[in-house]
Amino acid sequence: MNILILGAGQVGSSAAYDLSRSAANEVTVVDLDDDRLREMRDRLDIRTVQGHASHPQVLEQAGAADADIIIALTDSDETNMVACQIAYTLYRTPTKIARIRALEYTAVSDLFSPDSIPVDEIIAPEQLVTEHIEQLIHYPGALQVLSFADGKVRLAGVVARRGGLLVGQELRQLRRHIPHTDARVAAIYRRRSDGTRESIQPEGDTVIRQHDIVFFIAARKDLRVMMSELRKLEHPVRKVIIAGGGNIGYQLARRLETTNHVKLIERDKRRATAIAAKLSKTIVIPRDATDEEVLSEENIENTDVFCAVTNAEEANILSSLLAKRMGAKKVITLVNRPSYTELVERQNIDIAVSPQQITLGKLLTKVRRGDVVKVHSLRRGAAEALETIAHGTEETSKVVGRSIEDIELPSGALIAAIVRGDDVIMAHHDVVIESDDHVILFLTETEEKNIRAVEKLFQPAATMI
Amino acid sequence: MNLLPIMRILGVLLMAFSLSMLPPIGVSWYYGAELYASTSDPDFWIKGDGAAYAFLIAFFTTLTIGALMWYPARGGQGKRTKDLKIRDGFVVVAGFWFVLGMAGSAPLYASNVMAMSFTDAVFESMSGLTTTGATVITGLDALPRSLLYYRQQLQWFGGMGIIVLAVAVLPMLGIGGMQLYRAETPGPVKDTKLTPRITETAKALWIIYATITTACFLSYMAAGMEPFDAVGHAFSTVAIGGFSTHDASIGYFRSDAVDLVAIVFMLIAGANFSLHFIAWRRMTSGLPFQIRGWRIVRRDRGKRRWSPATSVQGYFEDPEFRAYLTGLSILSLIVIGFLHFDEAYDGLYLAVMRGLFQVVSIGTTTGFTTADFSAWHGALPVLLLFSSFVGGCAGSTGGGMKVIRWLLIYKQGNRELLRLLHPSAEIPVKLGDRPVPARVIDAVWGFFSAYVIVFGLMMTILMFTGLDQITAFSAVAASLNNLGPGLGQVAANYASINDVSKWVCVLAMLLGRLEIFTLLVLITPDFWRK
Repeated sequence: MNILILGAGQVGSSAAYDLSRSAANEVTVVDLDDDRLREMRDRLDIRTVQGHASHPQVLEQAGAADADIIIALTDSDETNMVACQIAYTLYRTPTKIARIRALEYTAVSDLFSPDSIPVDEIIAPEQLVTEHIEQLIHYPGALQVLSFADGKVRLAGVVARRGGLLVGQELRQLRRHIPHTDARVAAIYRRRSDGTRESIQPEGDTVIRQHDIVFFIAARKDLRVMMSELRKLEHPVRKVIIAGGGNIGYQLARRLETTNHVKLIERDKRRATAIAAKLSKTIVIPRDATDEEVLSEENIENTDVFCAVTNAEEANILSSLLAKRMGAKKVITLVNRPSYTELVERQNIDIAVSPQQITLGKLLTKVRRGDVVKVHSLRRGAAEALETIAHGTEETSKVVGRSIEDIELPSGALIAAIVRGDDVIMAHHDVVIESDDHVILFLTETEEKNIRAVEKLFQPAATMI
Repeated sequence: MNLLPIMRILGVLLMAFSLSMLPPIGVSWYYGAELYASTSDPDFWIKGDGAAYAFLIAFFTTLTIGALMWYPARGGQGKRTKDLKIRDGFVVVAGFWFVLGMAGSAPLYASNVMAMSFTDAVFESMSGLTTTGATVITGLDALPRSLLYYRQQLQWFGGMGIIVLAVAVLPMLGIGGMQLYRAETPGPVKDTKLTPRITETAKALWIIYATITTACFLSYMAAGMEPFDAVGHAFSTVAIGGFSTHDASIGYFRSDAVDLVAIVFMLIAGANFSLHFIAWRRMTSGLPFQIRGWRIVRRDRGKRRWSPATSVQGYFEDPEFRAYLTGLSILSLIVIGFLHFDEAYDGLYLAVMRGLFQVVSIGTTTGFTTADFSAWHGALPVLLLFSSFVGGCAGSTGGGMKVIRWLLIYKQGNRELLRLLHPSAEIPVKLGDRPVPARVIDAVWGFFSAYVIVFGLMMTILMFTGLDQITAFSAVAASLNNLGPGLGQVAANYASINDVSKWVCVLAMLLGRLEIFTLLVLITPDFWRK
């Protein structure tokens, strides 16, 4: 794939990093800042072009004529839209992805079509992150909650704790515990003595231990029941403190304020005044969230969730550690650097949310071959959950018409569930896949060759046209 | 310092290089066939045209040494090339060129046709690989053809850069390949890539290089050369090398057509290969297929946009290329004018042909000769030698300090003059219409000073060994600029100078080819500090 990334900001540079790791991709990055580009050039095997991302000459120079995908991630929504428009007009670039933050644009339907503004996929990282955190607050106890097939199916990652009914028992007991709900364990990550985790293939006789991270898939309504199998159900979250009143903090507060008791701490007084005017129930406190006194004044010890979502990840980490020590029940921290994520999760911080990884999934969906609906990158890219549609007939496809046990999957891959129309079918060994089924797979090994193998599996053999 | 990955890469590269001994063996058997009554004679297989055994020995020794380096480091820690740090890249490149110079000398040393000393063999091999073209051999016309072919081939491999070739064919180098690639490509701005992937860039460069070589070969054939000479000279012309299969160099053919072909292809090879790449891409963008890496893929109909007119345009929009042509034109006018009024040749025609050829050959640092320019009158010999300090364009196969550096120095000089008149004016140094970052200009100045200092040191050493000033000056200039022929004692060949001077010249060639800093960085204490 020939990929053109416009804008080398946080999202742009991490996308360049992730996409250029695969040998099949050729990545070019455009940005105004030559120093930043030079830094990337030194680290990655990519081409860089310095210039304004939406200028046709710059696009030409960056090889837009041969690009398969253009990903516009500059700071300006307008530049992103114009760049996609120009690439489409001049070069008919097949796939155009743009970051558009302003809800004022995305709220208008029919604005983004080949006839008006040709953007195939809109990315709003802040919105994605907000939704992600909202899910975590909605399902207390989950590390991650991801949805597939328009939310019909959910994948959740949970740390097994004493009090969960299934903990200490073999997986096959699951049926007996909850006979009326159907769920499937997709992966288990067990902690080694050095603190890192290894993946264990879930079999019928696998025993779930304490502290295992268990990823399971279930229909939306069954999610809570399944979670209770792995840990004692927590009380619903009531009191939330959000540190940082940027786009994410503000949107999160707005979504939560109707159901929860929300306080928002924002250091910048002017910004605090501005968002306080727009929010109705949230209490906005114009102070510094790393200040111990502020936290104790706001009763941090009685807080259910403390969310640190400022732009500065170091400040997020510090304020979260402080909040946890002072008695916050759970802390969620926004961290960008992959190495920090690992570091932080070994400390007392419950959940580290990585905007990069969340956004990356959205990009990967478009980069993958075949009819891929959704990709979620997990565990810092070491695992992946994806939803893809099976096409073709028994003759042309390697999956359609076969039962799951007969499908030759690469190592580390597992079919977790199938969505057929409105039905969610858990992938038991005798389920036969039909054409147009949405198949949800879990990959614990994301090496290039495994991903290629999965892509190949779901692409029907070329027919003579 | 990661010794294991370095050893592993060096081992693999050396094993790959040993394969280059195979074509000369074929050549040897091909031309040896007529010397023997039947091919069942075991003597034939060993000797061929007189040197087959030398290549066989060289092939097996190089292969063995390579394997011995690779074997202990083949797995485990050494396997991950991404562990290759910036400093490891320098060690690999410098180490590889050093090892290569030695390995390349093996067949020359092993062959007893010329009874070469070790020093001479290394000199010849390094002169070939660095595309210098200085030789210590006299009586080329009488040598076995396999040896002659081998010398030309050395130049061809060295021209585009043997590391660049390795990056193109050995996927194992991966991202570490970028460090290596940068250390070998000439020019002040080393990280401009033609394609997003470094391996693709390296492939593209070699495909263009091979294409130009083929075109040069066909042109030489059309000009009347026999196939053997045409191949050999195509190799050394496009590599801006200067080795010839005849003592009299290109002058041997006494053909204006051959001279013209050589001039045209020297000019092409002295230009930046990214310009060729852009022209190539524009020229082929109308075809229904395209080359990606080694593969040929179909091009969508909607993406075909043929623009032959704009293909050539790229060259003339490039400030460096314009300066390159302008410089050579002015120099030609001076040389031809002087030759004409000096009545060095009968008539203007000969003066034009000889003058033009010599200007292009020395100016691009090729080093072919059709006339004994060292015997020309006045300032001409020294003037020509000075022109080799400018050399080819960045990213070409030519040597010297590269046109772009001189252009930047000239522009910077202009700026200083302007500043005298407008002391507080903001005057950026621009190339085309883009300002050049101060960092690049600093680097150019640094390079320039290092070049001058290295030059002065080496010339002094040569004079200490007893060489006269002209010989010492021109030998160092011709080696450092990868030119080849000098003046005085080294006008025709380097056979008569002493061994110490030869080794100094070998070092100068390597310094010139790797643009000094790649080697100099190895002797800084900081480099070895943990």
